[in-house]
Amino acid sequence: MAKRRVAIVGTGQTNHKSHRPDVNGQELIHEAVVRSLQDAELSINDIDAIIIGNMDHFEGINYVDCWSIDGSGGYHKPIMKLTTGGTTGSTLAIGGYHLVASGMFDKVLVIGWEKNSESDTTGAITTAFDPIWDRLVFAGAISGLAVEAQSYMAKYGATDRDGARVSVRDRKHACNNPYAQLRKEVTLEEVLASPMLADPIHLLDVCPRTDGACAVVMASEDCAETITSTPDWIWATANRHTYSYLGDVNWGELDSIADASKELFKKSGISEPRKQIDVIEMYQPYSLAGIIWIEDMGIIPRGKGAEYIWSGATDMGGELPINPSGGVIACNPIGATGLIRCAEAAMQVMGKAEGRQVPDVNFAVSTGFGGCMWTDMILHGKKKPNL
Amino acid sequence: MDAAIIGIGMTTIEKNKIACNYADLAWEAVNKALADASITIDDIDNVITTSSDFWDGRTISCMAVGDACAVRHKNCSAVEGDGTFGAAYGLSRTLSGDYKTTLVTAHSKGSESISSIITNAAFDPIYERSLGLDMISASAIQAKQYMHVTGTTPEQLALVSCKNHKNGKDNPYAQLPMDITVNDVLNSEMIAEPLHKLDCSPVSDGCCAIIIANAEFVKKVKAKPVWIKGVAFCSDAYFMGDRDLTKTIALENAAKKAYMMAGITNPENEIDIAEIYDAFTYQELMWIEGLGLAEYGNAGKLLEKGIFNKNGKLPVNPSGGLLSGHPVIAAGLYRIAEIVLQIRGEAGARQVNAKRGIAHGVNGICGQSHCVWVLDKEK
Repeated sequence: MAKRRVAIVGTGQTNHKSHRPDVNGQELIHEAVVRSLQDAELSINDIDAIIIGNMDHFEGINYVDCWSIDGSGGYHKPIMKLTTGGTTGSTLAIGGYHLVASGMFDKVLVIGWEKNSESDTTGAITTAFDPIWDRLVFAGAISGLAVEAQSYMAKYGATDRDGARVSVRDRKHACNNPYAQLRKEVTLEEVLASPMLADPIHLLDVCPRTDGACAVVMASEDCAETITSTPDWIWATANRHTYSYLGDVNWGELDSIADASKELFKKSGISEPRKQIDVIEMYQPYSLAGIIWIEDMGIIPRGKGAEYIWSGATDMGGELPINPSGGVIACNPIGATGLIRCAEAAMQVMGKAEGRQVPDVNFAVSTGFGGCMWTDMILHGKKKPNL
Repeated sequence: MDAAIIGIGMTTIEKNKIACNYADLAWEAVNKALADASITIDDIDNVITTSSDFWDGRTISCMAVGDACAVRHKNCSAVEGDGTFGAAYGLSRTLSGDYKTTLVTAHSKGSESISSIITNAAFDPIYERSLGLDMISASAIQAKQYMHVTGTTPEQLALVSCKNHKNGKDNPYAQLPMDITVNDVLNSEMIAEPLHKLDCSPVSDGCCAIIIANAEFVKKVKAKPVWIKGVAFCSDAYFMGDRDLTKTIALENAAKKAYMMAGITNPENEIDIAEIYDAFTYQELMWIEGLGLAEYGNAGKLLEKGIFNKNGKLPVNPSGGLLSGHPVIAAGLYRIAEIVLQIRGEAGARQVNAKRGIAHGVNGICGQSHCVWVLDKEK
């Protein structure tokens, strides 16, 4: 366990949109940074180090840590870049946590951003996969997701209608989130009638492309308590980037989230996640993942995910609300997406989530997903963790 | 700091390691590092890989080496930038107490990259990119300014190349071991005034791995630990026009902090060896000054006196440096590995007398962002 406690003391995000031609990348980053500092009532001079990330090939900017300085406030500060694909945002959050926990820095600014409108998203993602074995089979992000969905459906008899129910949930939740890109309720029929992109994933089952940035301020225990009376304590982090080749994946189950969950819950003494966790902000890029992955997390027995979703338990007001922000289906600035999950979970713990606040949150989980079916996870808590 | 480097592994640095893909390179470096530390992969509890999507021509470039670095059942992450930054993050994960051992790797294959296009993409897409600036042309501007302001001569630059290529002859991992003269450098092709071909580091393939362990784990292994005494990094402004390119403020800040952590007050006398990011000859001199190892504008003169030679008072790049082999991204991690070997007394023919050394890495154009490591025989 960590030698010293780390808390999130401020968060900021842009109002995410499909296109932000009004700003360049640095200006987009700046918006989120200023909001996070305002939230923490700090100035950039209070920040000891910065950690930033995105996916290079979306904007075509090399050495983003260096390029971002005018937006990030990194002038004459330590700054480094982390990038792991879809998991970038959550990887950054875990990075900020370690930089503070190590004692190297007291206050760290964590920034995730993406300007997807400047990219050929599928073209860029396709090059992630091995040029000889995987690239010709799995083009872009959606193909792997469709394979996962089909494998799960074949095993447990779920349907695209079950998936649509998750999409209806997230899109409804997004209406409570002023930062979300897509804030429009949809019906089951509308989801099922939307164009089929990769069977069984319809257009309304899947995440959009977004321009947006998110910034999170993390601080050591002594600093955190002077900055805010409601810090969001980071209890534990865990991640698994299990596979390098899509052909190796255990399709139909997400091994990475299963392994990471076990470790996360073990580290933090969570024995009954369904009861002990109050809210989850899940990096769920398409609807059926909202069923499959809660089973892999050990919240619901295998094959029972759909039933749980249909019961309304994961809706606002339910037993375990998932994605009060509307999640990734409503908004996906890729390099920021995982960090937005982290920020939204922090806001839930801090009681700052306004129209999307879940009452009495003691524990929240945020996740990141990406790469070759990879997962990053963070457990957030209202009380201080044990050392 | 309660952390040490307990193992290092390097592939040879070559112009074109055509038989190896990224995973092959990482596999070799990781296994060498594990063998060097006399531990197994099961002793490693988390992994940081360092790579660049641009240099690898692959989105999520860390994915290419995940298997080879055995991340499958471990916590892991990936830094993009020089290996010294990857190692700095790896160190933080060990120091946090969450992990006992961090494996850090860095790789690149310049042979599969087009440096000019890749480094041009580091410039602002609207104001700078179409000028055709790349790493070499931008560095030429910096070299010219530095020489103008300090009076450093082309001959002094050339002497860096002579020294480092000669040092490379003692390093079995070096790509360009050579005996050359100042005239050879000055007569080599002019790439971008004032930089001749032999003022520039080559295009290279290579991978380096190091293992960082906490003090408790160090006690349990046979490996000779090299203790991490100070690590700091710092960035300057982005636009070249916003910077005084003849100054090294970011490097001075990083060095000052790293020295403070290590309790060093007089670096010129307290440091025995330096492995410095000499992507170009003039940079070795600038960085020597930025690191406080010479007065501003004086490094060229000290070089002429032989101070930085292998048998000098303060050997700089006895490995041959980047001029003798420059796998981008991995280059800084190679610097760390070299200092580890020197402090252990295991550097073979390139061994100098060293108890305390510094390793240095750079991100961005013209040394915008620097990372400085102070390593020591004693805890």
